[in-house]
Amino acid sequence: MTRERSARAAPRLIQGNEACALGALRAGCTFYAGYPITPASEIMETLAKRLPAVGGAFIQMEDEIGAIAAVIGAAWAGAKAMTATSGPGFSLMQENLGYAAMTGTPCVVVDSQRAGPSTGLPTLTSQGDVMQARWGTHGDRAALVLTASSVRDVYEMTVMAFNLSERHRLPVVLLLDATLSHMRENITLPEVQVEDRRAPTSLEGFEPFRGAEFLPFGAGARIVVTGLAHQASGRPAASDGANAERMLRRAMEAVEADPGVFLHRVEATDDAELVILAYGITARAAKAAVGQLRAEGVRAGLLELQTLWPFPETLVARVAGETEVLLVPELNLGQLVLPVRAAVSGTARVVPLNRADGVLFSPDDIARAAHLAMTGRETVHA
Amino acid sequence: MPKTGQDLRKYLRVEMMPNVWCPGCGHGNISRAVATAMDSMSLDPDQVVLVGGIGCAGRTPFYMNTHAMHTTHGRALAYATGVKLATPSLTVIAVLGDGDALAIGGNHFLHACRRNIDITAVVYNNGIYGMTGGQVAPTTPEGFRSATTTLGNIEPPFDIVNLALAAGATYVARTTTFDVREMPAMIEAAIRHRGFSVVEILTQCPTYYGRLNRLGDASQMLDYERDITVPLVELTRDEVARGLPIGVFRDEAKPEYVDRYRALVERAVRGDDA
Repeated sequence: MTRERSARAAPRLIQGNEACALGALRAGCTFYAGYPITPASEIMETLAKRLPAVGGAFIQMEDEIGAIAAVIGAAWAGAKAMTATSGPGFSLMQENLGYAAMTGTPCVVVDSQRAGPSTGLPTLTSQGDVMQARWGTHGDRAALVLTASSVRDVYEMTVMAFNLSERHRLPVVLLLDATLSHMRENITLPEVQVEDRRAPTSLEGFEPFRGAEFLPFGAGARIVVTGLAHQASGRPAASDGANAERMLRRAMEAVEADPGVFLHRVEATDDAELVILAYGITARAAKAAVGQLRAEGVRAGLLELQTLWPFPETLVARVAGETEVLLVPELNLGQLVLPVRAAVSGTARVVPLNRADGVLFSPDDIARAAHLAMTGRETVHA
Repeated sequence: MPKTGQDLRKYLRVEMMPNVWCPGCGHGNISRAVATAMDSMSLDPDQVVLVGGIGCAGRTPFYMNTHAMHTTHGRALAYATGVKLATPSLTVIAVLGDGDALAIGGNHFLHACRRNIDITAVVYNNGIYGMTGGQVAPTTPEGFRSATTTLGNIEPPFDIVNLALAAGATYVARTTTFDVREMPAMIEAAIRHRGFSVVEILTQCPTYYGRLNRLGDASQMLDYERDITVPLVELTRDEVARGLPIGVFRDEAKPEYVDRYRALVERAVRGDDA
């Protein structure tokens, strides 16, 4: 026991953004392109310093549009690549995020959320980009959006973002927030599994957009990559709407068919009369609130969603079917509560709890709201 | 012009043809020159990436039997930067329209010049937005007509060469589709150049630019290109007003971005700390 403990790295104080950068390095990220923005900049600063030492490439681009474009280019040149930003930069990235989805490009986009819209409250925390992360691009797309609720989680979920991006050949968005990005916790970095890019077993008859196998430029088969709707061969098929819809549905179904996509934590939901459905930094306060509520005689439970999109409808419907009230605290004016309501469809009573003033919910706020929700209120305020 | 017997099929993706370009469009001539340059250099097409943006010129990568990246409007150079920095052994050529390069993509153009990254930008300058129906471009001369300047353009145009020179590109040249014989050598020199190279090529758009400005058919537009330009070598200091100069404006060796980054990586791997 002692020997095992001494063999592992001693815990150290790590900042959320630093944990994100370390997770990226652990996942095998060899390319980062970014643009400075609060509260995400330390991710870029850490990687600017550390990527050269592992032979990776770092570049500070002229804007966020250039940053994500360079990341996608690097992915096609064979790199595991990432960028990180916050709301305004995330908005600028949307068109090219759509390009990454359309072209099946594995890459990771971290959005450390701050309060918006526009320049908003640049140093204050938010969960306002939940819908933008899903619907910010024009058109439909297969979306994979993850969250984290602790510094250790940031490390693990960054690795998971890379893993899922490789497994499904998609851009994966990791939503952090200003608080989590700048928070420091004394942690030991956990062991993680790393998934690598799947190369085709044979180049004979290989079609670059048929499945999960990915072949970069210069590896033996000439590749055509385009944001136009295209066939599995890469040949543009910009007037073939049926093919475009088929390709789109196939990408979305592949993600939703993977049970490994729907990451979540449940706590004390078995006998719960009230379940708090929370994600990101809010799940942390919700967890404390559950303990508090139990002590006060309310049978409370927690469903923490680590994957927001694709939305885990089946899971939420099941949890809702076994409880009376679903309290949904969010640091926005009601975003994830919309698919929650759709999934619950009348079984449990869904009560949103919202604030968009850049301030976190305390466990007390959530516990107080839970008591009010139990009295039959449809809306509660912190 | 290709050497006698020069077979360009190795560099052309014939199965993607016919192309989208209108009859009389100059883009095919430029694309042929790009293929000719690659052939003269005996480039392995599997180690070449052509990156295009959106618009008529941006379609070029589809017709070249290299790797093709048809990206988003204006962003080709940013994509190309990622490709080149991640895998420097690849030869990266960006094919851009004038609107793609200088309006929506102007910022990336300036910064690619400034960085001096080893990418060749071939700017197909037809002075108009062709694919969307002939709207004014940042290169349309004053007074010229387009679908959005029916009373004549009141905005001064960018001079692509001067812009590239000022922003720091280390190989800068301009030619026209009239000078089709000289074009491949100029593009070849640009690809061979270690650093960011810009080749601006004036090309005819008879469908919109020619028709809206009564410049005649494609053949007459080629004569027009000849008439409005003057080879740089013929120009004396006092004659700058005689026409738009064409030729090689800059060809200088300066530290290239990826080389500099690699030197930095070597220092970091050795553990030298600044």
